Amino acid sequence: MNKQDVSAVKMTALNCNVYYNEKQAIKDVTIDIRADEVTAFIGPSGCGKSTFLRCLNRMNDTIAGCRVTGDIKLDGEDIYGKAMDVVQLRARVGMVFQKPNPFPKSIYENIAYGPRIHGLISNKTGLDEVVKNSLQKAGLWEEVKDRLNESGTALSGGQQQRLCIARAIAVNPEVILMDEPCSALDPIATAKIEELIEELRGRYAIVIVTHNMQQAARVSQKTAFFHLGSMVEYGATTDIFTNPRKERTKDYITGRYG
Amino acid sequence: MSQKHTVKSYDDDLKQLRALIAQMGGIAEAQILSAIEALQRRDADLALRVIEMDISLDNLESDVEKMTVNLIALRAPMADDLREIISALKISALLERIGDYAKNIAKRTSVLAQYAAIEPMIIIPEMGRMVSRMMSAVMGAYSSRDSVSARKIWAQDRDVDNFYNSIFRTLLTHMMENPHHITLSTHLLFIAKNIERIGDHVTNISEIIHYNVTGNVIPDVRPKGDMTSYVFNPASIQDEK
Repeated sequence: MNKQDVSAVKMTALNCNVYYNEKQAIKDVTIDIRADEVTAFIGPSGCGKSTFLRCLNRMNDTIAGCRVTGDIKLDGEDIYGKAMDVVQLRARVGMVFQKPNPFPKSIYENIAYGPRIHGLISNKTGLDEVVKNSLQKAGLWEEVKDRLNESGTALSGGQQQRLCIARAIAVNPEVILMDEPCSALDPIATAKIEELIEELRGRYAIVIVTHNMQQAARVSQKTAFFHLGSMVEYGATTDIFTNPRKERTKDYITGRYG
Repeated sequence: MSQKHTVKSYDDDLKQLRALIAQMGGIAEAQILSAIEALQRRDADLALRVIEMDISLDNLESDVEKMTVNLIALRAPMADDLREIISALKISALLERIGDYAKNIAKRTSVLAQYAAIEPMIIIPEMGRMVSRMMSAVMGAYSSRDSVSARKIWAQDRDVDNFYNSIFRTLLTHMMENPHHITLSTHLLFIAKNIERIGDHVTNISEIIHYNVTGNVIPDVRPKGDMTSYVFNPASIQDEK
């Protein structure tokens, strides 16, 4: 790896293991997440890809009996270290979930809430600016600019998901984690999210968990294949989908798994 | 294919596609052998049958094309499946072209059958048999997914080219010495060139098989031995070593 490559690494996991009580869910995963790329995690249900994703902003802390070992670093800083403020971490490493989960508040408030509680901005003009900016980046502004006071839950599923992405963007994250962001959406809404991911690439490091392999192939530059808690193969997306090195990867992506 | 697909009809589709290619390979090989035999025996009837056989290759190619388009649209193939399908599409086009060359040999043979045999006519069938052996071997490598044999066949193209150089030299000399044989010799020259082109296509097929099986292209530079494009004086043609 050359020097430029090292500087583009945003997050690293080194020998990461995750246990739910006695059961080991993640086995010795080591991976670099680059700042300028979309990284996709693929694998069958229960393979650990979502569990691992949730380690990257300590969402697993909220699950009783969950234990994480190994090193996970954000810009070289241990995110499980004592000095790490978890609330701050989750602002820096934002998350978008499978089912859109807007707050039962206005569209405006959905976006303004984060910057306000994180104390980023408090005046009205500043907040207006952030709301507009975030909605624009999420490709939703044109559709909602005249009804910012309507409830976020009144939007369509695809719009709600873009609202959630706008909400994540509003607190100026460095990394955005997406856990199957399109699985509840129709193909058109899915295409819009994929287009959005493409536009956001470069500004944020993006990690996406998806069951849809075509989606992984379309949106990502790097792909990691998980199986039974291990990361079986990691590489350039084009290589993984045209010429995977591992038999298990090949069997999975060609539909021969199990 | 190591393991079966979860969706069984996908396996059936791929099997059918491979069977189509095997069938095309069989027809193409038979066309070459028959064309060569017709030339050797100066048999205009056999030549006519070779010409008529060509339509079945054209039809099969179009079947392969339809099938690959359907597979890509409906199955969204990945990795080795994707390579398999793309390879089938490319190989079918090459086999169709090989059939055209055999057909052209047969057309010229029906003209040649009206003349008395001349000496260079004797060695051209030998070149044809060499190429048909390669053809048969390459289809074997396709069926058994054997990238090692594919690569060996690929390397044999140089021998075909050397054979062609020698026939080219012989025919040119023959024409200089017997100007009333020019029509005949020109037909023979085109026949030799057609056989040489078949050899090139067989080489292409071996490259595709290698890619299909391994996911990598053959790393070497392709052997190129046909020097006749640069010829000014027939005596100057040197075989590539």
